[in-house]
Amino acid sequence: MNETPHLSPQEVIDLYKTEFRAGILDAMITERGEGVHKTKGYNIWIRLNRELLKPAIKKLMDIRFPHLAVIAGNDLGDEIELLYIFSVFYGTKFGEYMITFGIRLKKADLTVPTITDLIPGALLSEREKQEFFGITVTGIPDGRRLFLPDDFPQGVYPWRKDETGIKPEMVRELWTIDRPKDRPIPPVPEKKPVPEEPAAEEKEKKSGGTPE
Amino acid sequence: MNGDTAKKSIPYTVPIGPVHPALKEPVMFTFQMEGEVVKSVDFAPGNTHRGIEWMGMRRNPVQIVHLTDRICGICGIVHSLSFARAVEQIAEIEVPPRADYIRTIMHELERIQSHLLWAGVAAHELGFDSLFYLAWRVREQSMDLIENITGNRVNYAIVQIGGVRRDISDNQRPLIEQGLAYYQGLLDQMKNVFLNDSTIRMRCRDHGLLSYRDAQLLCAIGPTARASGVAMDVRHDYPYCAYGDLDVHPVLPPQEFGGPKGDVYDRIIVRLLEIAQSIDIIQQCLNTLPAGEILWEKKMPKLLLTLKKAQGEAIGRVEAPRGECMHYVRMDGNDAPATWKVKASSYSNLMSWIPMLKGEQLADIPIIVASIDPCLSCTDRVAVIRNGSAGYLTKEELTRLSREKTRRLEQCY
Repeated sequence: MNETPHLSPQEVIDLYKTEFRAGILDAMITERGEGVHKTKGYNIWIRLNRELLKPAIKKLMDIRFPHLAVIAGNDLGDEIELLYIFSVFYGTKFGEYMITFGIRLKKADLTVPTITDLIPGALLSEREKQEFFGITVTGIPDGRRLFLPDDFPQGVYPWRKDETGIKPEMVRELWTIDRPKDRPIPPVPEKKPVPEEPAAEEKEKKSGGTPE
Repeated sequence: MNGDTAKKSIPYTVPIGPVHPALKEPVMFTFQMEGEVVKSVDFAPGNTHRGIEWMGMRRNPVQIVHLTDRICGICGIVHSLSFARAVEQIAEIEVPPRADYIRTIMHELERIQSHLLWAGVAAHELGFDSLFYLAWRVREQSMDLIENITGNRVNYAIVQIGGVRRDISDNQRPLIEQGLAYYQGLLDQMKNVFLNDSTIRMRCRDHGLLSYRDAQLLCAIGPTARASGVAMDVRHDYPYCAYGDLDVHPVLPPQEFGGPKGDVYDRIIVRLLEIAQSIDIIQQCLNTLPAGEILWEKKMPKLLLTLKKAQGEAIGRVEAPRGECMHYVRMDGNDAPATWKVKASSYSNLMSWIPMLKGEQLADIPIIVASIDPCLSCTDRVAVIRNGSAGYLTKEELTRLSREKTRRLEQCY
């Protein structure tokens, strides 16, 4: 496999911009340094048109074979955003970037092509998105449920924030079980401030006050 | 597995699982068997899906940190660290360097105890119970250190958003150094018993093979990928915590043991060598531990207010003992995050079972399943279904098969 040399995050974005032009809706780089030397790590975020998802992943595979971490998703109201989170250039000392492709699907048309033909390891993540967001992955080689049990109701998608999400009657409030009946139901209203309280707070401040 | 199979149809379906009483993460396996040989594998996780992400999307980040401690029973720090790092990026919280170093020390202590736990389980699966007892006894030293630093053996509760909740005092340093010296002295012994034993080599060499290409295509990570020669290690590739200041290299199976083959044996080697690497990293961190604060903000109301105002999205990832652990968080100015996606290490490694198990024998299933360290090393019960009539085998039965194979090989030797 012929591999392109190591690129900077901006060069990666430029490559995508020249290839896909207006298909790239938004591209940005975030960076973060920790420790004493604050050595920087970079994340690349690319939002693109939904039909460009597979070409974009193919392009990434041409640059260097990526590692698919996971497919995440956001319920944005009338759209669901899927985020394909990759890392690329692993094996290079501090030269790896996270690169995230975001596509938006209208809730009226929640279909997305499978990427398992490119990266077979995406299967588990795609199965999970099907059951948790109610999207349809076309061409998925194995469309069974992954984590949800077989007797979980159809048409309920736990990570959706609309009427197809988890219904209140499905939630079992564990804290209520075997709880004495004579106690008020939380949230308990705050007690009236007692005059000693500020003094106690100050004492804590003096002793260096451990968190919590 | 014997006798009247002539009129039954081949391949047989052998379901194994899903519940394991000792380790977390039950998985239901279904094997298609031809005699003793595995023809195809299917598995169904999800038996302990607790909806933690759903719970988290209804809680504030400080509450979630305590929830993340409870995602895994072995990896006590990786989830809270990944989550805290994601939230810190969104809220632009600067973690004091001392806290970064303490996080790193805890991270590596956890790797030592996790790899030793795994080594013990692997020995148990192979039928070396004395080795299992040895590994778990020496593991206690790291558990004691963890307890000394955090106050807890399992759910450490040391990570807070913006730093750590407990400092390492000068009195604790000699204790940690003693612990490191203890492991330093033990490592050669461990390597000797694991790697120079001809029976272990016969059971593990060339079993459970995962090729370099398969490791890449199936998104394998951590020691599982490294044993197949894929040089990926978040600590080396992507700076976080104190690793940006340190020199960490991904551990690959060395040439002297036959180079990366991607079998069970290589996965043992990688983990044993990583224990040595962790000792070295902790030593480096102790030597250069910066002075200063351990928290960005001590006052909880101020921290909560900052987090409530925070908007944006970020990825926090760390190299867990089993590989990359990644959390995606999106916050939109409410108490609770809008999205929280947890990707645990085993999530990426499970698919590797399929090529690993194909063509292997029933008695090799426990050690191969255990070799990716999925926190489920063998199986609770085995139901052998022949022509619709089910007969149940216990998990002990399967372990017994594995052990008998070891005994047979010992006799050959």
